[in-house]
Amino acid sequence: MSRKRSEEEYQKTRSFRLRQWLEGEKDPFLDTVEMKAPNARENNPKSVQRTMPEAFGKTAVHADGRKAKRKGILKQSGQGALGMGGLDMDGKRIASAPLSYEEEKKARVATWVYNSDRNRDMRAFRGIYRACAAVFCVFLLIMLLTAVSWLPTEGVEDRPVNNEVSARYIESGLQETGAVNIVTGMILDYRAFDTLGESHVLFAATMTVLILLRLDDDEEKKKQHANDRLYEPKNDVILQTVAKILVPFIFIFGIYVILCGHLGPGGGFSGGAVIGAGLILYVNAFGFAKTERFFTAKTYMVTSFTALACYSLSKCYSFYTGANGIESVIPLGTPGAILSSGLIFVLNICVGIVVAGTMYTFYAMFRKGGY
Amino acid sequence: MELVQNFPFLTIILALFSGPLCSILKSKAAKWVNTIVIALILVMSVAVLIFTIQTGEAYVYQMGHFSAPWGNEIRVGILEAFMAVFFCVVMLLCMLGGRRELAEEVEETKQNLYYVMVGLLLSSPLALIYTNDLFTAYVFVEINTISACGLIMIRQNGRAIEAATRYMIMSLLGSGLLLMGICYLYDLTGHLLMSNIKEQVALLQQSGEYHIPLLIAITLMSVGLAIKSALFPFHSWVPDAYGYSTLSSAAILSSLVSKGYIFLVIKIFYRVIGFDVIRESKVINVLFVFGVLGMIFGSVNAIRENNIRRMIAWSSVAQIGYIYMGFGLGTTAGMIASLFHILSHAATKSMLFISASGLTDVSNHDTDFFGLTGSGYRNKIAGVAFTAGSLSMVGIPLFSGFISKVLFASAAYDTSGKLIPAMIALALSTLLNAIYFMKTVIRIYTPSHRAGIETDTRTIAIREQPQKTVVLVLFIALNLVLGLGSQPIVNLLTKGLEMFG
Repeated sequence: MSRKRSEEEYQKTRSFRLRQWLEGEKDPFLDTVEMKAPNARENNPKSVQRTMPEAFGKTAVHADGRKAKRKGILKQSGQGALGMGGLDMDGKRIASAPLSYEEEKKARVATWVYNSDRNRDMRAFRGIYRACAAVFCVFLLIMLLTAVSWLPTEGVEDRPVNNEVSARYIESGLQETGAVNIVTGMILDYRAFDTLGESHVLFAATMTVLILLRLDDDEEKKKQHANDRLYEPKNDVILQTVAKILVPFIFIFGIYVILCGHLGPGGGFSGGAVIGAGLILYVNAFGFAKTERFFTAKTYMVTSFTALACYSLSKCYSFYTGANGIESVIPLGTPGAILSSGLIFVLNICVGIVVAGTMYTFYAMFRKGGY
Repeated sequence: MELVQNFPFLTIILALFSGPLCSILKSKAAKWVNTIVIALILVMSVAVLIFTIQTGEAYVYQMGHFSAPWGNEIRVGILEAFMAVFFCVVMLLCMLGGRRELAEEVEETKQNLYYVMVGLLLSSPLALIYTNDLFTAYVFVEINTISACGLIMIRQNGRAIEAATRYMIMSLLGSGLLLMGICYLYDLTGHLLMSNIKEQVALLQQSGEYHIPLLIAITLMSVGLAIKSALFPFHSWVPDAYGYSTLSSAAILSSLVSKGYIFLVIKIFYRVIGFDVIRESKVINVLFVFGVLGMIFGSVNAIRENNIRRMIAWSSVAQIGYIYMGFGLGTTAGMIASLFHILSHAATKSMLFISASGLTDVSNHDTDFFGLTGSGYRNKIAGVAFTAGSLSMVGIPLFSGFISKVLFASAAYDTSGKLIPAMIALALSTLLNAIYFMKTVIRIYTPSHRAGIETDTRTIAIREQPQKTVVLVLFIALNLVLGLGSQPIVNLLTKGLEMFG
């Protein structure tokens, strides 16, 4: 590259090394091998010469230094790793296996970089990494425990959390929301915006799993479908009998938990999880073909869209009326009746549908990438 | 109450709603729905901005029938509205700019899921901007994390999935720390609403009670959000996540996702804890140190990087360092400099990503440094945009990066003791920025025959890619607006920040 000096002389200079470093030609692990591909676009013969033989030459020297130590390991690891690369230990080409640069690079990386027996830096890095992780965890643990011991005492009347907020939730929650269950009143009426976000978190999680696992290729789908029963008993009589008895009850219980969420313990999240578990049990016993008669991917999409849209719309209504001081026309009903507490009843059903669909979709995606 | 005042909550719900809606549509319809929704949100945000500028004061919007400490509420001022407008503009441009790559890199059947993720993701910065409730902020941080993961891994190659895994682990660690910080703070103050927490914290500070857990809560929240926004020692996920995801994802991640978290940090400093308490707690000094280190190390790593996308990603690490350094100065001027840098970085980084992909398109999709030789001649508009972005990041006058550097320097001048380290870091980082950006600009404008390197000879004319050209021209214009019309914007930010606290 230099006009005044010869190529060899130039390579010894500091500026050459600086340039190498700047252009990232050095491998961070091996630090002597140049990882840059001498490919076609550098048709300057000189530069090709510069990169290729020198890289191997340097490695050879490098290898010689540590050769003695590695001999033992070399014999053990045998030809498997090396043969694949078509390189012998000194980095010279084995004539019978001409390889492209990319393959050579791969082999080199496999035998040198990612083999912790060989790569001392990597071994050191792993050791330090584990030590640091342990130190970090212990530090975090100590810090958090210390902080807990400094927090306000539990069970004392004048804790900061016993303030007007919780007082109003407990005292007038029933009149204001119409829900006997205060927790439901809190999450679906007082703080409904958070729960709106939370149900979209579930939806986002399902969509992410769909992105990762859903098979859209028909061939792949068929293959997965054929292998579906590989590790599980087909038409297991015990499972089917138990499922036949249990599943209706599970569904009814789930629906009960959802519908009575404003009257007692329960609500959309727990009831939806129960229904989802029932669906999973059913699909385990009878297979996907039977489930798909009433619950397909499309059903899931449409129901969860409807549920979330319903949630968003009803909350739009209540936010708009609340902020603008308009009286809501939705009656709260008599507390304790099944049709009471206004929108909470509807929202519980929406949340229940989303949760049940989410659980079942997770299961189906992880099992065979679609349903 | 006027109709415009309802818009902030409508924008959040509209963005959320567009997610499920896109999931039942075909890819093509989803694309249009997504574009229209973003444009609609943009229009509504502009209306809100005009309204707040006219009235000149912030207003509180009650979410539901129950007033503040019992129900949720959002709070809208000039700063919030301005940020919402800006984020929508950048989001729209990022989506339009990366559309062709999206069609090529993502399976046809999964493209609608991409728009689902984008819709959900957009709701999150909007909610983080407007909300006045700490727990609502946490819920939307969760939405942000999950949908950002989806955006990274939708390009289903090994590197992208590995990058998404890394991102998820780091990001969940950050979320966990943030949640723990919020729990501690709730236990100490008994409130989740930001203004009430601030009152209680001021009382605690006066009485000196619970000093240690308060400090730990502040630390946990700051560290959690610093991890999520890729401050220096927690940046390891950045190069992979930005380097191997599809183009729009990289642009959105660098310009919106991390900025949303940073805005939440500002909110916690000003609205939850109170800036005086934060200043006394010395947490900002830690942020200052790591910000400065990030500025240097991010740039050094960018110089060593050979892949252009990863180089830009490393540069992001350095720019996040700038923003945290501004926080660390502990003055209002420093905060305004950081806010301006958020704008300038968001506008510039997404432009760099989009133009870099234009350059690699005419180089056999080779992201390697040598393959890009002369690509500025083969794709003219991408070359021009990359040069403009580089000049802006280095801090050449006319462009937005210059203004933020001037603001940082003048903010540092008013602090005691932080002047010299801040100045040295600024000078050094500018120098390092210049090395790697100018190296790349020189490389893309070196004719390949003269460099003796054989490259792709394909050229893309401007009329072959009208959409990308328009996007890049708009990005350059945005940069110039920020750079030339900086004074009104800085005034607006100053006024907004006064209202904000």
